Amino acid sequence: MNYELVCGLETHVELSTKTKIFCSCTTEFGGEPNTHCCPICIGLPGTLPKLNRTVVEYAVMAGLATHCEINPDARMDRKNYCYPDLPKAYQISEYDQPLCRNGWVQLKSGKKIRLTRIHIEEDAGKLVHERGNTLIDYNRSGVPLIEIVSEPDIRSIEEATEYVETLQTTMRYLGVSDCKMQEGSLRCDVNISVRSKGSRQLGTRTEIKNMNSFSHMTKAMEYEMNRQIDLLESGEKVVQETRRYDESTGCTEGMRGKEDADDYRYFRDPDLVPIHVSKEMLASIQARMPEDPQKRLERFEREYSLTEADAALLIERRRAADYFEAAAKGTKNPRTVANCITGQIFARLGTDAAKDDFQVNVSPENLNALLRLLDAGKIRTSQMKAVLEKMLDTGKPASAFLSEKDLAGISPEELQKLCEKAAADNPNAVKDYRAGKEKALKAVLGAVMKTTHGQANPMEAQKILAEIMKA
Amino acid sequence: MGQYGTIARLHSLLSEKRLSCTELTRAYLDAIKKENSALCAYVKVTPETALKAAAKVDAKIAAGEPLAPLEGIPMTLKDNISTKGIETTCCSRILKGYVPIYDATVWDLLKKQNAVLLGKSNMDEFAMGSSCETSCFGGAKNPHNRKRVAGGSSGGVAAAVSANLAAFGLGSDTGGSIRQPASFCGVVGFKPTYGAVSRFGLIAYASSFDQIGPIAPSVEDAALIYDAISDYDPMDSTSIGRKAPVSPALENSIRGKKIGIVKEYFRGVRPDVDSAIKKAVGVLCSLGAETVEFSLPAISYSLPVYYILACAEASSNLGRYDGIRYGYQTKQHFADRNDMVCKTRSEGFGAEVKRRILLGTYVLSAGYYDAYYKKAQNLRGTIIQSFGEAFRKCDFIAAPTVPMTAFPENYAAKDPVETYLTDLCTVPVNIAGLPAVSVPCGFGNDGMPVGLQLIGPEFSEAPLLNAANQYELASRKTSFRSVETGVRL
Repeated sequence: MNYELVCGLETHVELSTKTKIFCSCTTEFGGEPNTHCCPICIGLPGTLPKLNRTVVEYAVMAGLATHCEINPDARMDRKNYCYPDLPKAYQISEYDQPLCRNGWVQLKSGKKIRLTRIHIEEDAGKLVHERGNTLIDYNRSGVPLIEIVSEPDIRSIEEATEYVETLQTTMRYLGVSDCKMQEGSLRCDVNISVRSKGSRQLGTRTEIKNMNSFSHMTKAMEYEMNRQIDLLESGEKVVQETRRYDESTGCTEGMRGKEDADDYRYFRDPDLVPIHVSKEMLASIQARMPEDPQKRLERFEREYSLTEADAALLIERRRAADYFEAAAKGTKNPRTVANCITGQIFARLGTDAAKDDFQVNVSPENLNALLRLLDAGKIRTSQMKAVLEKMLDTGKPASAFLSEKDLAGISPEELQKLCEKAAADNPNAVKDYRAGKEKALKAVLGAVMKTTHGQANPMEAQKILAEIMKA
Repeated sequence: MGQYGTIARLHSLLSEKRLSCTELTRAYLDAIKKENSALCAYVKVTPETALKAAAKVDAKIAAGEPLAPLEGIPMTLKDNISTKGIETTCCSRILKGYVPIYDATVWDLLKKQNAVLLGKSNMDEFAMGSSCETSCFGGAKNPHNRKRVAGGSSGGVAAAVSANLAAFGLGSDTGGSIRQPASFCGVVGFKPTYGAVSRFGLIAYASSFDQIGPIAPSVEDAALIYDAISDYDPMDSTSIGRKAPVSPALENSIRGKKIGIVKEYFRGVRPDVDSAIKKAVGVLCSLGAETVEFSLPAISYSLPVYYILACAEASSNLGRYDGIRYGYQTKQHFADRNDMVCKTRSEGFGAEVKRRILLGTYVLSAGYYDAYYKKAQNLRGTIIQSFGEAFRKCDFIAAPTVPMTAFPENYAAKDPVETYLTDLCTVPVNIAGLPAVSVPCGFGNDGMPVGLQLIGPEFSEAPLLNAANQYELASRKTSFRSVETGVRL
């Protein structure tokens, strides 16, 4: 029989607010254990949560970017369960009134993956097992998360990967999360079932918890899909349960069944008031939303005559795209600007992480100034590239590497004279040219460039020479 | 003003240098040493903290600086109010040895005024109880008759104030825990509007009901304390802060004010208590108030609503006590973490707390939520609404604080359900978040104090305490009896 995968994802995205969701501790990753903590995020008796408004703003941005309806009156609830990394024995989350509902994410194929909801919640601490002891680090406790829940619209592993990548790009673009899977700022729970192709009924699903890399996710999905198909083929049933992926064996294994499922005893958190998202607040967030990446790509192609490939390279990283727009302002050839960034600057940055961060010691204004020199014909492309290298080495502006003479360039009158002299010095070439050998001009042009040590604008010189030589 | 105020009297003794704050503090500490073992009002005495604050105040007096209203006044805090560096146990074995690393907002505010903390006072374990007897230290006794309980849960504060072992104290009121012991001990207990006083640092029992408030010898004192602790607190999202200071508004006539007499509050009230309340209402009428009688059927549901919702919240609030980070951990051998947590909680919590955690867990469980929790939430809305309608008919409601006087010892332990029923007159206010005050209004046939409860609409603190003060001024001679112990100046 032919089987089809049916998959829905729960994606946890850590928000990159400076402080935690209910206190003013830093959200910075790492740090000595239990140094980013206070009485509130370690849940000491008597403490109360105070909602960080930036968390709401970021979550609303995530919702708007994924076409969600924003709930004007969202509520926070307590999800009760007992585990040492959860110091209050409940997680503050949103149950029946999440902040965002009914959105979608579009794949390249044009297919839309529907989103059920996006809600905000707090992260738990982390257990560290060390020499037979279990230690608890609460640095992550209270770091804000959004959970993005999709409908079971995904039909292949490729779609699942593309969906997560799209979320990753979108969230990074918004600046609401760095979505680093290896640091745990993006984690997925995968809900999987299989059914015979063409069937409209859903099969029994299992949930694989905590996928923290694309390769694990792909492998876990492949394994789980095949496991379920094997079960069905041999006439057995899939049991609804939560499963764990074991990286060393590449298998998934059962954690707990449906009957052991936790009863979280959700109820409204009486310590928090409803989250009102007013029309004014929504409008102000909307106004601050960065341009949609897809629309920006189209605009880059149109406005700056970039190829789709070049535009995509820039758009992929919001900081690079922003840098490009600042550097390209008023230049004659934005493509050259794009090439500087995707070529020399990206080469300098090296890693993907560095390209994301885009910490470049040449300001876009300085790059803009350099390119205006090129536009003005004061320097040539090869010179521009060499100067840019020096600028990247030192962080100094172009003027630091170009002499007065370099910058003065060659005046049109001077160039005219130089060309006349070169033509006079090469009578044979002039004769050949007049006989129809167009290549002969190149020899004379070479002479002009040689005498000017490459400072002359070859295009200009060629034009002048053609005038002189045809006469 | 100043007729029955203890705080004002102490303030002037200090300001006029007739007594140093250190002398005053020592007098209280000595009295506590002498009386506390029999009363069990304090569970921890803090002489060092007290004398340090007193020395500060004395230095200010010597320098001729003016004193804030509560500056140098010896007082106590219920043991569920977090005090940095001072053990705070909620009178539960599970929090023995827990020393907070931060101050509750109310204590921070009082500390800034140099109030003198004499110690932490006794309470029912995690504020769950009506007799103070669920305290792991044993209950506080009633200063009017030591064979009777002080009441609960803020029994320690009420006993300390009644026995003159503190000039005032702060308690917390979730279902009557300030008003009921104040009524039992013959002192004033005031529960402000929910949100008027910050809960930050109050160790939670039932968060949507808990409210900190004063227990004091007089209404005037209660008003002064309320003014000092009610403020908007950004650390408490449910904090609203007070509308205006109350103390300057205690001298107004209550002529023409309408006092609501609600039938449901008088059901099952002991006859001697009933007649004391009726007499008190008569005094209010003699001051020009008028009564209106009506019925509020919705409040008949108050007890189940309260016990379902409060226990639900408690079951969640008390989940954090697992022996891992602070407080008590089992001394027995344990197999694994789960075993450790089970043993710690089994040994650390008392029977009443366990009962409420179980009840709360049950009503929130899948399959029962709709039948209990959700229904109770809906009824809470109905009760709030019916109070709203009631206050269109009257300015205040007058009722007994408790349908009886202080229980004999061990009465509460015998039948928990019957004990729950004695909360009938106090819990509706917590369900609706309203302010209410209990003022002494005479004595029952057993010679024990009776409390008159006045209930007002949200943020009616000023007119409510004014009415209570007018009553007190008119009736103090017969309604109040001082206890012959402690510091009496």
